[in-house]
Amino acid sequence: MSAVCCECRVLSQEVLAPDIRLLAVEWTDAAHQPHAGQFYMLRCWGADEAPFLSRPISVHAYENGRLEFLYQVKGQGTEKLARLTAGDSLKLTGPAGNGFDVAGYAGKKIAVVGGGIGTAPLYQLCRELAAAGNKPDFFAGYRDLPYALEPFEGVCGKVAFSTDSGKAGHHGFVTDLFEAGDYDLILACGPEIMMKNVAKKAAAAGVDCLVSLEKKMACGIGACLGCTCHTKNGPKSVCKNGPVFDAKEVF
Amino acid sequence: MADMRVNLLGHTLNGPVIAASGTFGFGPEYADICDLRVLGGVSGKGLTLNGQAGNLGERLYETPSGIMNSIGLQNPGVRHFIQVELPQMKQMGTLAIANLGGATIEDYLEGADLLSASDVDMIELNISCPNVKHGGAALGIKADTAGDATAQVRAHCQKPLIVKLSPQAENLEAVCKAVEAAGADAISLTNTFSACAIDLEKRRPVFNNIFAGLSGPAIRPIALRMVWQAVGAVSIPVIGMGGIATGRDALEFIMAGAACVQVGAASFADPAACVRITREMEAWMDQNGVKTLDEIRGCARE
Repeated sequence: MSAVCCECRVLSQEVLAPDIRLLAVEWTDAAHQPHAGQFYMLRCWGADEAPFLSRPISVHAYENGRLEFLYQVKGQGTEKLARLTAGDSLKLTGPAGNGFDVAGYAGKKIAVVGGGIGTAPLYQLCRELAAAGNKPDFFAGYRDLPYALEPFEGVCGKVAFSTDSGKAGHHGFVTDLFEAGDYDLILACGPEIMMKNVAKKAAAAGVDCLVSLEKKMACGIGACLGCTCHTKNGPKSVCKNGPVFDAKEVF
Repeated sequence: MADMRVNLLGHTLNGPVIAASGTFGFGPEYADICDLRVLGGVSGKGLTLNGQAGNLGERLYETPSGIMNSIGLQNPGVRHFIQVELPQMKQMGTLAIANLGGATIEDYLEGADLLSASDVDMIELNISCPNVKHGGAALGIKADTAGDATAQVRAHCQKPLIVKLSPQAENLEAVCKAVEAAGADAISLTNTFSACAIDLEKRRPVFNNIFAGLSGPAIRPIALRMVWQAVGAVSIPVIGMGGIATGRDALEFIMAGAACVQVGAASFADPAACVRITREMEAWMDQNGVKTLDEIRGCARE
């Protein structure tokens, strides 16, 4: 299924932490429904305005025409997104990318592991897994304090988190929170160093591991080859062939 | 309603906007985003004979009103293109243009042979890519090497041959004349402008190759000047490009004498830019009583 491009209405925007926002928009295109791990290119400024490129943001949640994006305000583009309020409109191109193949994971014991804003696509993932009758365990790492964590309680088995600062949760790394050997499959998204450590732990236990990568993107649909990841199977577009890859292919 | 069709090298283009190589995949990526039949054609991602993985490190960097790229001609190779991507391009309802690059002249010639035997409608010879170490832009800098490469490819090319030129040419008019004399059917310009960015935190260049290609509205007035010069230098059609983002931008190139235009980086800011720009051109023409592009092509020069 390929991406479409349309103007969408903002339903709400919440501040979850000083630099974390939850943006909800209306997505009514039933023929192009997003699923876990996919993303959209977001733009709420003119084609002739800065920044030049739209911003790729993963699907945090989607249900009944309500599409949510959890994102970190980090630069010019996300600062503009952060100013959106209910009733505003923005341009979305998507859904883009391969996403997680939830149907293919039936019957597997799954750990979902996130780091910081990398937890954004994992909520929809856990929801889809739970809906398919396969509640995963969820482990998350944050720098200081957790955010957007409570909703995971409803769709996961075990939920645990760590922080770098030790202000809450386990003081240490997210990889301290689980034994890879307890699972058949580990699904991860977060900083590259975290995903590499998760992948290493999974590989040591002989457990399959999929990771969702992040790259700067221009087109978001496989046309410009700006987000290429050089994998063991040749160059792949993170936007089109990914963002979800077998960890063994990319690390 | 203005007639937006353009005659180019024996073909009637549906419209004056061709999607520029490297910014539009091979076209099908955009099939659900815009009506490809409105386009004059799609110039596919630059091909090399055997394909290549492209450059390592950063590939994209935003600038004011533009973008720098260092893709490095990542492509599946000419044979893969003919087998897999070209049949999809032929379903688009618009012209399929193969953009051909290469590291050696032998690669260019074999690529031209293979593409000549395929269903592509035209070949755009890329002697202007700034992001590869060999071939690429090196051939397009001097008139003698540009003319020589064009003449050799011409002898192997049975399709209409467009030669895409570099803004880094030492003497643009001389390159245009040399390429025309060597048998090019048309010229397209400009490719991206060689540019540089430095990462302050790393205290290193952003791109592994240090220099990368700048495109987008930032370069448009310079590209327009070069298209003006090219139109004055040759009598074959000139396809204008460089930072076109609106219908008015495109009409400037037409009034400078361009046969038609290509749109590249604008597709990143607006994936439907090629269609929108066509519609904006049409609206301006309707408002101003202009029925065909022939009526205004080159009018600014008179």
